[in-house]
Amino acid sequence: MAPPAAQRSGINRRAQFGVFAGYLLASIGAAIGALLLIVSLVRPEAFAGLRTMASDVSASVGDAGAASRVGTSNFFDAIAGYYEAGSKNARMKEEIAIARVKLAEARAVEQENEELKAVLGLSQDERKPVAIARLIGSTSVSARRFAYLSAGRNDGVKVGMPVTSPMGLVGRVLEVGRTSSRVLLLTDSESIVPVRRATDNVVAFAEGRADGSLRLRLISLGINPLKIGDVFVTSGSGGMFRPGIAVAMVTELNDDGGIARLLSNPAATDVVLVEPVWQPEAVAMLRRPPAGPTDEGIKEVAEALPERRASPPPPLPQPEASAGAAAADE
Amino acid sequence: MMEKLSPTARRDLFGSKINRDHWAVLVYGVPWLSIILASMVPMLPVIAPAPVVPPLAFMFLLAWRLLRPGVLPLWAGFPLGLCDDLLSGQPLGSSILLFSLTLIALDLFELRFPWRGFWQDWIVAAVLITLFLLLSAVFSAAKLDLLHFWLLAPQLLLSVVLFPIIVGAVAMLDRLRLLRVKRIN
Repeated sequence: MAPPAAQRSGINRRAQFGVFAGYLLASIGAAIGALLLIVSLVRPEAFAGLRTMASDVSASVGDAGAASRVGTSNFFDAIAGYYEAGSKNARMKEEIAIARVKLAEARAVEQENEELKAVLGLSQDERKPVAIARLIGSTSVSARRFAYLSAGRNDGVKVGMPVTSPMGLVGRVLEVGRTSSRVLLLTDSESIVPVRRATDNVVAFAEGRADGSLRLRLISLGINPLKIGDVFVTSGSGGMFRPGIAVAMVTELNDDGGIARLLSNPAATDVVLVEPVWQPEAVAMLRRPPAGPTDEGIKEVAEALPERRASPPPPLPQPEASAGAAAADE
Repeated sequence: MMEKLSPTARRDLFGSKINRDHWAVLVYGVPWLSIILASMVPMLPVIAPAPVVPPLAFMFLLAWRLLRPGVLPLWAGFPLGLCDDLLSGQPLGSSILLFSLTLIALDLFELRFPWRGFWQDWIVAAVLITLFLLLSAVFSAAKLDLLHFWLLAPQLLLSVVLFPIIVGAVAMLDRLRLLRVKRIN
């Protein structure tokens, strides 16, 4: 279709000026966009307030839809189920037989675990979830993998809290609004979770991949000890996620680890739990830039030196002493 | 009497011609509202494991611009891009930049080819959608590898195939936009 005649300016001065102003405004818009883009690439948390405000406004719409998601997925599963009922039945019988044995083993391990904990004097700490919420939606257009959660600051959600489902870890809270928050899913390429093999202490980092799987990078190099089907759980290092939350199962092996499938597929999870950060002090310490010697550190070092005990602590300790103080402090 | 001579004398597709006029809120509001609603796609209850959903806001913008050249001002890229950025998960500014540049590019393209048909529009849209998806991925601050660009292929294909359907939807919205609902006193 040809453009309307009004758009073409001809020799009309006023129309020419209008067209020029249009181009000028559009170029200014593009320039502001480029500027904002640079700012938000350098500091990703820069416009969090604006974003959370937008998600708060639109979350109420999304929440209604989220309730229906699980219902519809069940509906299609039910239809699909008829096609493979026979073979599935046989396979499940076999699986149940194996599972019974495993259950007995697990009970034994649990009992042993309790005894060992009693020996060590550890108390079983039951952590109550901060909030129970729904995953409303996700950034399904973008290359980033964020999800929106229907709980926010009003429910006690804070930045960094792990989000789990009964099947395992889903992600962690990245930005918090009043009634909604944004979750960094495990499959985002910026997400890294320290994990270990459930059966032993093979530790690795689970990084998100673009296609919805995780890449396991083993920390200790050498012969790859992984086998297909190994389950990885959070190791608790870093202090953010409590240890023992299921994360992924290995489906492919490569040189320095493997590719793993997420155990708790966020698409199939309806209700998720927001848990408190496991060791907030440790996370805060890791976030804090390395500081100089603290007052307690100086005092501690001063008390450790026998000949100086009487005199007041020196105002500026030696560099070696300060390093020692910082180490003692941590 | 008149009706017998000409059936369109009193009514046409957009309603009665007598004592009724287009309503400014619809005429200017519908294009903006449809694009803003399309940018709320992340609030749909789809938790996608990979980028799969077409960039609907961008496609609606293209469709409106190609179908009705005068309806969106040249500066519309800024507010509409801002809306898209707030929810899309992209860093703020990526859609503002790309929407603004798209509108400028389409305006220049129109100067060169004032008369176009369905196929030219589709080809232009396909090229622009490809550029949009590639540049969005580059701007997204995700760690990019080859896998990322392979994953864009299904999304891109779906978007290009979907574009004529979006144009159809926009044509329907355009009919709604031009309904004569205002009563002239």
